[in-house]
Amino acid sequence: MNMDKVLSLNGLTKRFGTVVANDAVDLDLHKGEVLALLGENGAGKTTLMNMLFGHYMPDAGTVDVADADGTMRPLPLGHPQAALAAGIGMVHQHFTLAENLSALDNIVLGAEPLWHPRRNRAGARKKIKGIMARSGLVAPLDTRVGRLSVGERQRVEILKALYRDARILVLDEPTAVLTPQEADMLFENIGAMTADGLSVIFISHKLREVLAFSQRIAVLRHGVKVGEIATKDADERVIARMMVGADTPTTPRTKMTPGAPVLHLSGVSVHGHSKRDSLNNIDLDVHQYEILGIAGVSGNGQTVLAGLISGLQRADTGQITVDGAEITRPNPRMMIRAGVGRIPEDRHHDGIIGAMSVAENMVIERLNDPEIQSRGLLNREAIQQNAERLVQEYDVRGPGADAPARLLSGGNIQKLILARVFEQGPRLILANQPTRGLDMGAAAEVGRRLLVARARGAGVVLISEDLDEILGLADRIMVIHDGQLHAANTRDREEIGLMMAGEHSDEHSAKHSGVSA
Amino acid sequence: MMDILQILLSESFWAASLRIATPLIFGVLGALLCEKSGVLNLGIEGIFVAGAMAGWLAVWAGAGLWGGVLVAALAGGFFGLIHAILTVPLGLSQHVSGLGVTLFATSVSYFIYRTALPNVSSPPRIEPFRALDIPILSDLPFVGPVIFQQTAMTMLALFMVLVVWYVLNRTALGVALQAVGDNPDSVDAQGLSVYGLRIGAVVAGSSLMALGGAFLTMSAFDAFFFGMVNGRGWICIALVIFASWRPGKALLGALLFGAFDALQVRLQTEVGAFVPGQVFLMAPYVLSIIALVVAARKADYPRALLHPWFKGQR
Repeated sequence: MNMDKVLSLNGLTKRFGTVVANDAVDLDLHKGEVLALLGENGAGKTTLMNMLFGHYMPDAGTVDVADADGTMRPLPLGHPQAALAAGIGMVHQHFTLAENLSALDNIVLGAEPLWHPRRNRAGARKKIKGIMARSGLVAPLDTRVGRLSVGERQRVEILKALYRDARILVLDEPTAVLTPQEADMLFENIGAMTADGLSVIFISHKLREVLAFSQRIAVLRHGVKVGEIATKDADERVIARMMVGADTPTTPRTKMTPGAPVLHLSGVSVHGHSKRDSLNNIDLDVHQYEILGIAGVSGNGQTVLAGLISGLQRADTGQITVDGAEITRPNPRMMIRAGVGRIPEDRHHDGIIGAMSVAENMVIERLNDPEIQSRGLLNREAIQQNAERLVQEYDVRGPGADAPARLLSGGNIQKLILARVFEQGPRLILANQPTRGLDMGAAAEVGRRLLVARARGAGVVLISEDLDEILGLADRIMVIHDGQLHAANTRDREEIGLMMAGEHSDEHSAKHSGVSA
Repeated sequence: MMDILQILLSESFWAASLRIATPLIFGVLGALLCEKSGVLNLGIEGIFVAGAMAGWLAVWAGAGLWGGVLVAALAGGFFGLIHAILTVPLGLSQHVSGLGVTLFATSVSYFIYRTALPNVSSPPRIEPFRALDIPILSDLPFVGPVIFQQTAMTMLALFMVLVVWYVLNRTALGVALQAVGDNPDSVDAQGLSVYGLRIGAVVAGSSLMALGGAFLTMSAFDAFFFGMVNGRGWICIALVIFASWRPGKALLGALLFGAFDALQVRLQTEVGAFVPGQVFLMAPYVLSIIALVVAARKADYPRALLHPWFKGQR
């Protein structure tokens, strides 16, 4: 076994100020192996890989990498160039591509001598074509990267690493931006590459793909490696317990009969500058006691849809009705008055005012409430009491109710927003990517609160890229693609995945789709 | 109408256009290099002054004309380096730093001029670059007088258009430079130095800008005067947007401005009796603004322009 070891991390430690991001992490990788690095957000997965690739300088620890002959040699740390030279390639979660250059130029960038008066593009092209043939990763080489799809960009990123003769490939949440089909294709390609001798580490927090495509799983929690397990011995429960340290309670979704409609959109279109900010003739109904899940890869019109429901955006054509009353000139205040509770996609930017205190952020949507404000003056005492109660009830952890809200962590900001939304007893709740970036515990809490609100009679619009979340919470599912909304009359992952990619058979488009366009 | 046509067909008009455009060609190319790497260099106006003063003073001190060109380029590179250090590794505001460099470079140039020549009422004259006389080429009809009877610095400016275009589009260095102006992470992840590329681009660009200044004292005129740069640097900042960061279009933009300027001088003598002279002086600038407004809508901004990048902060 030790014969074909290609990488070993020995006691890597990284501190940011007083926070220990990684504490003495050991990790081995073998030739041709697919290792999944699993952990909640903030568990230190990306930090660990960034140290391996030289973006961060570790505070302690060493890395040994096998050279081309298989001899283990220490890797000079803190230099991406050294990592590249040692055969380590990394595909970052946020792509590191120059969009103004062609795919070919991006792949070759950094591999050529800078001061040479001529380039050998023909030679480079030949080498890339060879890699494409072996790995099955195909992307148009002469198109500007800015015009490529997300899946194509990712393939360019991987080709970049392979072009530098990577023997070890690190993929940071590679499927976060892909449709299920694209993700499966990626793992198929990875299979072909590992058969060719490549070793792969991929970071993920999606249990399903980890179980399906890795051979070994390493779990990080709070910066410490808490366990390693061969994938064949693992199941979802075992890994989830390793990640969280305890079983996460899942709230069962009881069946409920939908009541009166609370939100009705008919024939709504928004003509934006590009496809990602346009909607094309959509129809949508949400009833009381109902969670409507809207699945889709981000950038297909979710932001506009959320903007419409929260009153930030106007429709060019069509009708919007909240609780039976038509909204003609929507604005956020009117939507709040109509009983719409909003959980925004970008919670740091749109969900709080960072410089204001936690207590102030909690009452920011009810400044007209006489309990909070009278004759233009704020009732500080009431605000304080309200905050203390909600901090308790919603378990908002942080430096206290008087501290600026920006000091809270992402999960606690979300709890603050939940407290603000649910305390108003909303008739309709818009939850846009409510668990993105949250750890499992916090995500489960969001799900539980949404189900409680539903049981109380609220209608919920849940927009999410996480199909598992939608399948777990939604009573009804629609798929958004290219600004069009289609009802999914199925709960089958595969079929919904195809719809997310824009392929839908006629029975799925039904009459909800407005496919006339 | 006939008069304008006559002007547009005359050799002297086009020769003047190219002459007026020469410092702008240097300046736009310099600004283009800086901005392609993601750094706006508002030090350009001051760097023009520094180049004009340094080149001329070096020739006056006996350095020879090409020696003067070299000194001007070095002076420009020096002020460019100050701007680069402030804005690239330190990540300070590119606007503030650039304007600071303009004030600093202008004042230092005036100061050195006054210290070097304390007792003169008018600056000493040097022997500037002469019009070229290239066998055959200079004798060609029309093209000869317009292009090949200019000074060597105009030839250098035209040559630099080719050089900058070639480097940006045909060499690995140019590709890396374009990448660092679009997404510095792409360069960092491939093991290249973001700081190195940006500092290099700003220093090289600033040297080119200084040559624009040197042209004024060593080719167009034969001495250094206060205020002789007269906003040419700022025009270049506008022209680079007009050019959408392409060297070929940068040449076109500079020529367009030069042509407007050459035209207004000639029109002034033609119809100056009916229209106030200021209208003509204003014309090139107004036309530049209009051209800019039209072109800027489609301009292909480097995505990382004005965005500092810090190592280890991802």
